[in-house]
Formats: sequence, structure tokens, C-alpha cells
Amino acid sequence: MSERRRCTILSPTAILGYGFPEESFKRGLKMRPDVIAVDGGSTDPGPYYLGAGKPFTNREGVKRDLKFMIAAGLDLQIPVIVGTAGGSGAKAHVDWALDIVREISEELGKSFSVGVIYADIPKELVKKKFVEKKIEALAGVPNLTFEMIEGSTNIVAQMGYEPMIDALDKGCDVVLAGRAYDPACFAAVPIRMGFDPGLAMHAGKILECAAIASSPGSGSDSVIGIIEADHFSLMTLNEERRFTKESTCAHTLYEKSDPYHLPGPGGMINLDEVAFTEFPETVEVSGSKFIPSDPYTVKLEAATCVGFRTISIAATHDPIMMGQIDSIIEEVKNRVSKLIPDIFDKVKIHIHEYGKNGVMGPWEPEQSVGGHELVLLIDVLGPDQKTADSVCSLLRSSLLHFGYDGRVSTAGNLAFPFSPSDISVGEVYEFSLYHIMELDESEITGLFPVKEVQI
Amino acid sequence: MRVRLIDVAKVIRSKNAGPFELTLDIILKDEEIFQKIKEARIITPELISHMYHTSIDDILGIIYFDPAYAVKITLKRRIPSGSFGETDIYGAQQHAPLAAMEFELRV
Repeated sequence: MSERRRCTILSPTAILGYGFPEESFKRGLKMRPDVIAVDGGSTDPGPYYLGAGKPFTNREGVKRDLKFMIAAGLDLQIPVIVGTAGGSGAKAHVDWALDIVREISEELGKSFSVGVIYADIPKELVKKKFVEKKIEALAGVPNLTFEMIEGSTNIVAQMGYEPMIDALDKGCDVVLAGRAYDPACFAAVPIRMGFDPGLAMHAGKILECAAIASSPGSGSDSVIGIIEADHFSLMTLNEERRFTKESTCAHTLYEKSDPYHLPGPGGMINLDEVAFTEFPETVEVSGSKFIPSDPYTVKLEAATCVGFRTISIAATHDPIMMGQIDSIIEEVKNRVSKLIPDIFDKVKIHIHEYGKNGVMGPWEPEQSVGGHELVLLIDVLGPDQKTADSVCSLLRSSLLHFGYDGRVSTAGNLAFPFSPSDISVGEVYEFSLYHIMELDESEITGLFPVKEVQI
Repeated sequence: MRVRLIDVAKVIRSKNAGPFELTLDIILKDEEIFQKIKEARIITPELISHMYHTSIDDILGIIYFDPAYAVKITLKRRIPSGSFGETDIYGAQQHAPLAAMEFELRV
């Protein structure tokens, strides 16, 4: 058991860059945390960011949050750990975050060591594991092919807490980890101190969303987790909100398919025997267990570029047009296909109908148009920007002037909010890899080597 | 007794569980109604597949989480998050059929 009775973890915000009240953060520092940790990313915003190597958080926001954290970490001589740096955790994202850390170092006038841990997995290794049958598709995910591996831009794997402990062992002041299992950056310090991995990982699972798990929830406020020998407790740092049994329980359900069993790198958090107890200031959680898996597995993630998008947004207020909107759209597509047969086959077209089924598409239970306005969003995916632009332009102009049955509004069918009406969106990505890969013992940290950078 | 789900639940929500799955959470107002719904097996794969116009094979699980008086339903996403034809990248607005749900419950 640990020599220390407790490990205190400060989680400033739900995602690095989302911000936090300075007072909450300072109150957290007064509790003498052992680590300041923050989750930097997610796959939630979709495949583009991982595929294109672009951050989804704002640079100024990330810098502001990180500057507070690094200044405090250096002052209290405790580590600052960022998981999934830069949003998606590929090399481009981690380097983007490292660049921000360099700027912070200059502004603070302080030198320190950064443990940079890339999570990129070479395609050759993925292919080798595929041949060895050490890669498996998750539920609902297509089986892997060589083409999917080859077509992916950035392949990352969710690291566990082990590479982060390596960085702490090397004495790094700041750890910038690439793609990581969300709880890992919170669990690394308590596990290194000897606390139970089940409690540390489950605490991390809640702390990664910071105040979202409290009531009233917020994505931009700081919270504290305290790990002890046989339980952990959670508390907010803002009088406006607190953890309740209800908020903590409800959060345990959030974004996952089975609340009792949470698989991650190297094993599973098992909550079959979990108990939540509410006190005036805190919620205590006990009974969380970590069940290691054999072999150790990690989740691969990647996206592939599928083309270029052009969109146009317009609306109708005409009840005669709205009453036959689907047949109008079909006929317009038909006419455009005849105008440009050579390129029409190369594109995909989706016309979103907001006011009808824009939110749920084929899942929409209500199939009639109810309101007095209908928004059409023309979405064209082409093999290159020029093709997507051409098809979108023709669809837009054809819809504008299409002479449908019973038309009285003969000057034009659509109201456009913007000039230019068409927007070239650029590259479009789709998720390609979301698969489980088996690792050998040496790869648990070997695939995620720590690079020490003195800045 | 005819019951509207929205009258006995305090949370009815949807969200991605990774880019390939969508998970629906119903958190009931109290233990009594939770137990009644659980025992009466109101939420079935057949019902959900009918509500969401999807194949029964795409209903990946229905789990009761007693500590939160919650029912969790996980479905295969219509398409992976962000693929062409997407309407809801985060999957956060797919709860409406549940919010409109009514059922018979013996009291």
C-alpha cells in the first residue's frame, strides 16, 4: 500500500482550452494537489481533426488554460499532465501543443522539462499485426483491410497510464501525451504512488469531464478528486455546483455502451460492485476494480480522406413547394445528372432538409413537413474541390429556378442568406480505423517512447 | 395506466459511444418507477428497432443501471460519425422518439 494516505488530483476543465474560473483553479491549488491533469481531446467532433492533423480547440484558449496550469505546477513542484494533446493526439497535434508550451515558457521566463509521448503507430506495424491476426474490429466497425490501413492519414493508439509513469520517472515537469485513454492522465500519478488502479482509473473516468459530472454541470470549471486506500472522493471548487450521488451516477452512463464494464488499454474498469455515497461536500465512490486483460490491448484510431465538400444553404417559405419537396429534389438531381453526366457519377449528393428530417434523417419518426419554412442544405462530396464546386453550383441554380407543378412564385424558389451562396469546405474525412490491437509486453511502453525536451 | 416516458423520466438523451455506436440514456425519476419499468420489460430491442426504423440486429444492448435508476440502450449508428450523409456528429439529438414514447404500466 501507499506510503501516502491520499493522492489529490486537480482537473481544471473538461477539455484543455474550454477554460475555467481562476478562483476555482486557485481554490484547487490550496488543496495541495499531487498532480494537475487535463484531457486534451476526443473523437467526438468527428473524423476531420484526426485525419487532417488539425486541432479542434482554439489556440488562445489552450494557451490560457495551460499557462495557469504550468505556472502552478512549477510553483508547487507537481507534474502537469495533458492527455490527447492537441485534440486528436497525432504527432501534428502534440507538436502544436508543444509549440504553445514553448511560448508559455518564454512568457513565464522559466525553463523546464517536457516529456513528449507520441501515440502514432507506423502503418508497417499495423499491417504486421493485421497479418498476425492481432487486430479485431469493435462492435459496429467494419473488418480491417490493407486498403483501410494504407488509406489512413494518421494512425494513433490510445496509450494507457504506463508511458506517462515513464515520463514521471524521468522527472519531467510537464507531460504532453498524444492519443491516450481519457482516464490515463489522471490515474498515472496515483497508480505510481501505489494506489489501487481500479479506484484511480474510475476517478480518472469522472475527472476527465471535470465539472460536467457535477450539478449543475459545466464544461468549464475545475474539480478535485482524492484517491485514498479503499475509495475516492470528488468535490467541486465552485460554490455554485457540487457533486451529488445522482450527478456522479448519471455521468457514469455518459458516452459509453455498458456502464458496468469500461474497457481500455490493458484491461477493464469493472463497476459491478460500485457504491456511491453522498456527503454534504463530496461524493465517495468505492468498489471500482481494474481487471487487467491478457493480452494487453489498445484501441487504434484513424481517418481517411474521402474527397472535397462544397455546400450551399438556402430556404423556402412557399407551401406549394414544401408540399412536394422530395419530388422536386429528385427531379432537380435528375436534370443535373443529364447536364453533366461525366462528372455526376463521381460525386455524392446529400440535401439536408431542416424543418423535415434534417436532424434524424431516415430515423425521423415524423415524415411530414410541419412548419412554414424549410431550410435546404446542399452537400456535395467530390473527388476534388472543382468537381464538388461545379455540381453544387448547378444543383443550387437548378433548384432556384425549377418549374414545379402549381408554381406561383415564378421569380425564384429559394431565399439565400449569403453571397457567395456556395462554400468550398475543403477536405472531407471518414473514420477508417477503430480497432483493438494486441500488444506484446515490451510494446506497452515501447510503442509510446518518452522524448525529453528541455525548454 | 397509460404513462408518458417524459413524465416519469428526468433525463432522456442520446450521445455517441465512440464513432460507431449511439447510446440512449433514460434516467427515471425514482426507484419505484425504475423497478416497474424494468420488471415489466417495457424497453425491448423490438420496440427500439421499430421506433428508430432500424434492424433489430443493430440494437447492441439494453442495460439497466440500478445505481442511477437508468436504462441504457445502445444502437449501431446509422453511419459512422461524420461520414457523408451525417446529420448529427455528436449524436446528441437522436432522443426525440423516446421523448414521445407512451406505454401501458400496471400500477
